Amino acid sequence: MMQAVAGFRHGVHPREHKTATNGIAVERMPFVDTYTIPLSQHIGAPSLCLVQPGQLVVRGQMIAAPNGFISTAQHAPVTGEVTAVERRPHPTGDMVETVVIETDPYDDQHIRAVPPNTTDLVQAVQNAGIVGLGGAAFPSHVKLTLPEGKHAEFVIINGCECEPYLTCDHRLMLEQAEDVVDGLRLIMNQLGAEQGYIGIEENKGDAVDMMIDLTLYMEDIHIVPLKVKYPQGAEKMLIDAVLKREVPVGKLPIDIEVVSYNVGSTAAMAQLVKNGIPLVERIVTVTGPAVGKPRNLIVPVGTPIREVLDYCDTDYGSMQQLVLGGPMMGQAQKDLDAPVIKGTSGLLALDECTVARCAELPCIRCGRCLEACPMFLNPSRLAQMVRAGWVEELTGAHQTNCFECGACSYVCPSHIPLVQLMRLGKAMIREEQKKRPA
Amino acid sequence: MNRNPPQLHISTSPFVTEGSTTGNLMRQVIYALIPVLIAALWFFGITALLVVGAACLGAMGTEWLLRDKQTPNTLPDGSALLTGLLLGLTLPPAIPLWMAALGGFIAIALGKVIWGGLGSNLFNPALLGRAFLQAAFPEAMTTWVAPGKSFFSLYPTTLAPPLFKADVTVDSFSSATPLGMIKFDEQLTALDHLLIGNIGGSLGETSAGLLVICGLVLAFRKVFDWRAPLATLLSVVACSFLLSWIFGTPEPGFMLLSGGLLFGAVFMVTDPVTTPITPKGQWIFGLGLGFLIVVIRIYGGLPECVMFTILFMNALTPLINRHTQPRPFGG
Repeated sequence: MMQAVAGFRHGVHPREHKTATNGIAVERMPFVDTYTIPLSQHIGAPSLCLVQPGQLVVRGQMIAAPNGFISTAQHAPVTGEVTAVERRPHPTGDMVETVVIETDPYDDQHIRAVPPNTTDLVQAVQNAGIVGLGGAAFPSHVKLTLPEGKHAEFVIINGCECEPYLTCDHRLMLEQAEDVVDGLRLIMNQLGAEQGYIGIEENKGDAVDMMIDLTLYMEDIHIVPLKVKYPQGAEKMLIDAVLKREVPVGKLPIDIEVVSYNVGSTAAMAQLVKNGIPLVERIVTVTGPAVGKPRNLIVPVGTPIREVLDYCDTDYGSMQQLVLGGPMMGQAQKDLDAPVIKGTSGLLALDECTVARCAELPCIRCGRCLEACPMFLNPSRLAQMVRAGWVEELTGAHQTNCFECGACSYVCPSHIPLVQLMRLGKAMIREEQKKRPA
Repeated sequence: MNRNPPQLHISTSPFVTEGSTTGNLMRQVIYALIPVLIAALWFFGITALLVVGAACLGAMGTEWLLRDKQTPNTLPDGSALLTGLLLGLTLPPAIPLWMAALGGFIAIALGKVIWGGLGSNLFNPALLGRAFLQAAFPEAMTTWVAPGKSFFSLYPTTLAPPLFKADVTVDSFSSATPLGMIKFDEQLTALDHLLIGNIGGSLGETSAGLLVICGLVLAFRKVFDWRAPLATLLSVVACSFLLSWIFGTPEPGFMLLSGGLLFGAVFMVTDPVTTPITPKGQWIFGLGLGFLIVVIRIYGGLPECVMFTILFMNALTPLINRHTQPRPFGG
């Protein structure tokens, strides 16, 4: 392929740190004694609990039902006994209503499932609890339903994995390549889309080659190698790179006839239709300087973080910060009893805390944030507006376009907490809109 | 393997940074100035070091004296030293040392601190200091000397005490700069002399070749935005080419290599604080600057005009910024 590699404009090049895990096959983590499954692991209404303490559940059984359309189901990750339904620590830092399951030590944990009736794929996906596995955890079935009057011409599968350290999507594309392609086919059929794309960053050349081989005779499925740049995996950047179309300000991808899915969610949908397996586990990259045995693990949803770190020989003494997800957009975690949930793509144990080390200096207007911002914003100016409390000016400058990728904070030589101020600004705009009568 | 319960830090993403710091950027520019300083020593002898030293002392002393007691010491970020170096290197070699130190004081006090410190100033501090000296001591600031005296000898004016008139006739050692020569004597300096730098002029501006190399190194190391300096030079070449073609004024090559243009383009136009933040603004700044430099050099009465032109464009920077805000993605 001699054509120029596609990409988006602006962005940054963080060090990748992927070699520790990207060459090792995914391994299944042994079952542990207790699992805690929060009823809220997704964007939307929390699921409705279907079980009571003392009840026996089998692996793959639905233990919480969707509560409305923008909601999804939860399933037992193990066969065992429900010991409590109570508020437990959640990765967000809150205490959230959670189903606690004690594993039955004598069960073989074989999943007994029947493929669902695919005449209603939307219902099946919702009941299987499948959400966006890239991190946002938006219920997948919602995007399988076209809004009134909309048409989806293109489906784009996101295999960019632009976050440093993470390799779970890379391994998944290598080990479940067929699932990804089958899942894409499913989505295209469901939406009536004509063209399917799988966008993969060039640093995963083996995955690109494998996908190209698999789709050699499929004329409507295209494998698009992409420039290695952060945040290539952001939905709008991916669409821009693959189709050369910008999602207009304040609109959704479907407004330009595009629907996009993470590779993990796509493979999960294929697994559901082929084998009837709901989303009870996911691949998690466990890595970072404080992890003794970095690797990718298949982790049942609800596994306490501590168990996963223990299994990978984490040196707690040198661990300064634990990040759920990647280092650019992940969340810092304090409570190791919180579980791995559906949106947890990685456990990153860092041995230093960059933020604590760097004091903020005045802005010298170097313009690096402007050249980093993939949404073409001026973070330096917006940050000043946020500090001044100019909500109206913020709205006028399209500040809500920011999706908090953190590229501005990453490059800032004065260590100004730019993306943090962006979040504050978005909250200020929301407050202001609430105050205004509709 | 330590299995103690961890003490974890909580902060918000991102958890990694590129690692460049303001102090680091300043230091890189300072390193790039070292060869320029060595060239000044070579051409103008030990006085170069004394003048630059006096300017640095004035700048750093002022930064320390006027520091905000509540905030951490700002000397380590290197910006005061850089201002002093830049000021010193733009001064004439024979300037009395006390004037250089006073220039350093003005540069920091009126050029930076009074605006609110690093990042808040409208004008380039070093150039503001120099503009003050030019206004206060026009004679000393326009007395140029030719390189080539012995290394350790001083100019008669160098050690003049403050506010006393130097007890020498200026003409005894002065010589004109290439721009002055062509303006007032219609005498053209050869380009190879301009490139090497054995000509009259401010301490740091004479060796065009060295300045180009320093600029390229800084640009490739991404210390500064290459757009504004490139735009400045392109604009100078284009404007002077046009004028020389129509009116027979000096050729682009001479315009490019003479006077303070290259020093200004590499070390002043690249000051992030006082130039536009937007890429489009950087182009406008550079193109406008180059045009003004050519016009003033040819039609104005002040051939060494780069300083005032940059200060003028500095004043326009907020306006340029306001009108070149980027188009939002998808907008």
